[in-house]
Amino acid sequence: MRLNRRSALFGVLTVLALAVPLLGETYYTRFATQIAILGMAALSVDLLLGYAGLITFGQAALFGVGAYAAGMLTDAGIGNALIVWPAATVVAMLFALVIGALSLRTSGFQFIMVTLAFAQMVYYGAQSLRAYGGDNGFILPRRNDVAGIALANHVTFYYVVLALLIVVAVFATRLVHSQFGLVIRGGRDNERRLAALGFPPYRYKLVVFTIAGGIAGLAGALIANHSSFVSPALMSWQMSGQLLAMVILGSAGTLIGPIFGAAIYLVFAQVLSDYTDHWMLFFGPLLVIRVLFIRDGVWGLITRAARAGEAEAPRLDWARATAPARADSPVGGP
Amino acid sequence: MTLPLFVEQMFNGVQLGLMLFLMAVGVTLVFGIMRIINLAHGSLFMIGGYALVAALAATDSYLLALPLALAAVIALAVILEVSVLRPLYARGPLDQVLATFGLTLFFNELVVVIWGREPLSLDIPRLLTGHVEIMPGVFYPLYRLAITGVAIVVGVLLYLLITRTRIGALIRAGSEKREIVAALGVNIGLLYTLVFALGAALAALAGMMTGPLLSIESGNGDPILILTLVVIVIGGLGSVRGALVGGLLVGIFDTFSRVMLPRIFGLNASSALVGMAVYVLMAVVLIYSRTGLFSAQKG
Repeated sequence: MRLNRRSALFGVLTVLALAVPLLGETYYTRFATQIAILGMAALSVDLLLGYAGLITFGQAALFGVGAYAAGMLTDAGIGNALIVWPAATVVAMLFALVIGALSLRTSGFQFIMVTLAFAQMVYYGAQSLRAYGGDNGFILPRRNDVAGIALANHVTFYYVVLALLIVVAVFATRLVHSQFGLVIRGGRDNERRLAALGFPPYRYKLVVFTIAGGIAGLAGALIANHSSFVSPALMSWQMSGQLLAMVILGSAGTLIGPIFGAAIYLVFAQVLSDYTDHWMLFFGPLLVIRVLFIRDGVWGLITRAARAGEAEAPRLDWARATAPARADSPVGGP
Repeated sequence: MTLPLFVEQMFNGVQLGLMLFLMAVGVTLVFGIMRIINLAHGSLFMIGGYALVAALAATDSYLLALPLALAAVIALAVILEVSVLRPLYARGPLDQVLATFGLTLFFNELVVVIWGREPLSLDIPRLLTGHVEIMPGVFYPLYRLAITGVAIVVGVLLYLLITRTRIGALIRAGSEKREIVAALGVNIGLLYTLVFALGAALAALAGMMTGPLLSIESGNGDPILILTLVVIVIGGLGSVRGALVGGLLVGIFDTFSRVMLPRIFGLNASSALVGMAVYVLMAVVLIYSRTGLFSAQKG
């Protein structure tokens, strides 16, 4: 029953998203493209946060690595998206593998701090690339093309991005509901029991961290194409925080919520910045209020409304989900 | 590397290390007792600098401005603790990190609204200008020596506070078993506020003292915060001794890597390595020990 409603809602949203270019305004199409791309990046954060219980404050680094890889290849004259985008994804996965291998030795609060620190390291690395504009970043000569079809047209590019987002969302949904996903979720809820059952949590977490890194990298390659511009700002810690905020504004552990979250975030930013340059002055407190008072995000509000009358289904409760780890040892894993 | 250069860089490294120690003590004490990671700690560093500029403009005297600005930051910290931090203690790490990240965004924008986007500069107090001959032929800025001295004095006072006073005993007890401390009739809420205000004052002090060396601008606390987190990962979460050792290690390592790496690898090749050196150090420590060098809890 619940799944049907969820699928129906998903269908409605897909139709709405498909219809955006019919408005005939390039502005809206570009805006929707941006939502789809950041939604994909936020989805990669949710894969870690909502299913593996890993709070990463460094996903922007992998997003940025994908963007740099795509930008550099394009700059070198390789314009075929079928080569550039998978390459960007693989490079981001390699970075995720190394960062994850080190970060996943820690857990809880330390994991947050370590992912943040390694992301900053990648940020400084990108800043030092003088050949690629250093702190200022660099402009891509043109967008990539897919099998001879140029993506310079905003509507074409939007549909390609949307198709990729749907593929990624379906892939991620299947992943978390697979046997592998079951192990990942088991690790989130009780790592010791999982280890006792013969599943080494570290390896499973590293795999999902790497996959999420690849998704973030693909989103990065898309943002590089979208804005034809790449700079270290994509990797800043504020970006990582904003991706987390999008997930939380949506609802963690839903995979679709974060795409909503990205939309809310960008619309909010756009509307407020029409009135004031200082929209962060309002966004910061909004985030605080969201955390303190709306505990299950906007997707949670919507699905609760949709379920009104039905019995309240159990939902992901963060205080509870992370409590065992806190009680065991607030510093490190067992 | 010649001896005079080595000595000079050693002084620089220790100074940076002690500033990081002042930052890290706040983060680690607040974590040790309230079990919360405060990402807005960098904002307190930044606000310290701005508060000093404002207080100087009002009083025209460092002797008056310094305590005034400190008092202002402490008052702000008390308000923050009561209104935002307190409801977060019972929450998971995600909520804590996001809410304090939201605070950082807010403060970074607030100082732009009040003081503008242009960086402000702070003069070195007149008494502390000039250089001192620390060894034959080596002249070192008096101001840098002075702030290093202040940091050492503050460190010693902190040590005495934690080991010799009743509040210190409560802090130590609170970081071990806070429920029992509360059950013994101690006003744990007041203790939380005190600890948070203490950490905020130390962060603000670091921000004020480095004000004349760096520029005071929106977001200048963020890189310091991330470096502070590296210090804490290296030193061990919740450990004051770890904050000191980690701070000095990171300060000295960072300073020397900036001097040595360009000599070894040439200016171009090393520019990437210089910024990344301390993170490599952190990675090495993580491989050696998952919980840092002086973790309060062994993992």
